[in-house]
Amino acid sequence: MAGTTVLGRLAWYVATVVEGRQETRTARTLVLNVPSWPGHDAGQHVDVRLRAADGYTAVRSYSIANAAQNERVELTVEELADGEVSLYLVRTIAPGDPLEIRGPVGGWFVWRPAFIEPVQLVAGGSGIVPLMAMIRTRAAAGLQTPFRLLYSVRTPENIIYAAELQRRESEGQGLTIAYAFTRATPAGWPRPPARIDAAFLSEAALPAGEDPACYICGPTGFVESAAALLEQAGYDPKRIKTERFGPTGGIS
Amino acid sequence: MSKDSFVDGNAAAGALLSVFSIDITDADAQCAACGNVAPVARSRVYAFEPGIVLRCAVCEHPLLRIARGTGRTWIDARGLTYLELRTP
Repeated sequence: MAGTTVLGRLAWYVATVVEGRQETRTARTLVLNVPSWPGHDAGQHVDVRLRAADGYTAVRSYSIANAAQNERVELTVEELADGEVSLYLVRTIAPGDPLEIRGPVGGWFVWRPAFIEPVQLVAGGSGIVPLMAMIRTRAAAGLQTPFRLLYSVRTPENIIYAAELQRRESEGQGLTIAYAFTRATPAGWPRPPARIDAAFLSEAALPAGEDPACYICGPTGFVESAAALLEQAGYDPKRIKTERFGPTGGIS
Repeated sequence: MSKDSFVDGNAAAGALLSVFSIDITDADAQCAACGNVAPVARSRVYAFEPGIVLRCAVCEHPLLRIARGTGRTWIDARGLTYLELRTP
């Protein structure tokens, strides 16, 4: 019965950390093995639950970073200054440790290989994570759907997945990338440090005339500003999907 | 409340699924105050234990309030005119 299936998806799984991969100074990817994982769509996320011995629990939502592959789930977590959960996930948890997760959840901010329209991705900081799942899912399906990524980061050292992004772009399969550095640029970079603005969009984004599906993910202020810029530049608001994360605590 | 102190309906997907048993983040919701129609995923979410408040992204009117206690859940949906679910 359908209801049973849906409720079944909501169960908490006990995942096991298989590997931890440091992506930047403050971001780490946890590779999880999740027995009976039903698979996921690119852009979906999971809730992670930590429980202390005294009964205190904390739940946080994290985007899935990998293309669906059997029982494997990868989460890339950025360390927040006062984030009790992110600190544990970035600095402490180790291969072999258990981790409770619930999901996959979220049916709106998703990209599926069957979608044929060009795609404009806009990432702010660790907002790259669900967009990377889309890039990887497209590659795993062997597709050449035009994908354009605008990635706003503080400095070159803050780029998550830097080597993989460079490799995937150089493969010439229709993925192109433009970076906006907001604090410090590589030597000789043509654009001084600045946020994404209307001029950068008109130069670097897929033209509004191509009617791309747009996915924007990042901190709340970044997402508000990028979505407003796209709408002002004539992109169809109905084709702009946003996902914002903020310092708000967990939603259990 | 600072500009960045909310997230959006995407982040509440797990909590909403645990209440409704289907994903409503993909559903269109109409705000009873201003009439705006938008996916639940675009609403603003201010999470305060033990409750969740989803607000209209345009006018900030509360669309849906959910409070959970031991063994029961209260849902106040008076801020919604309708919810349009995608059904197979």
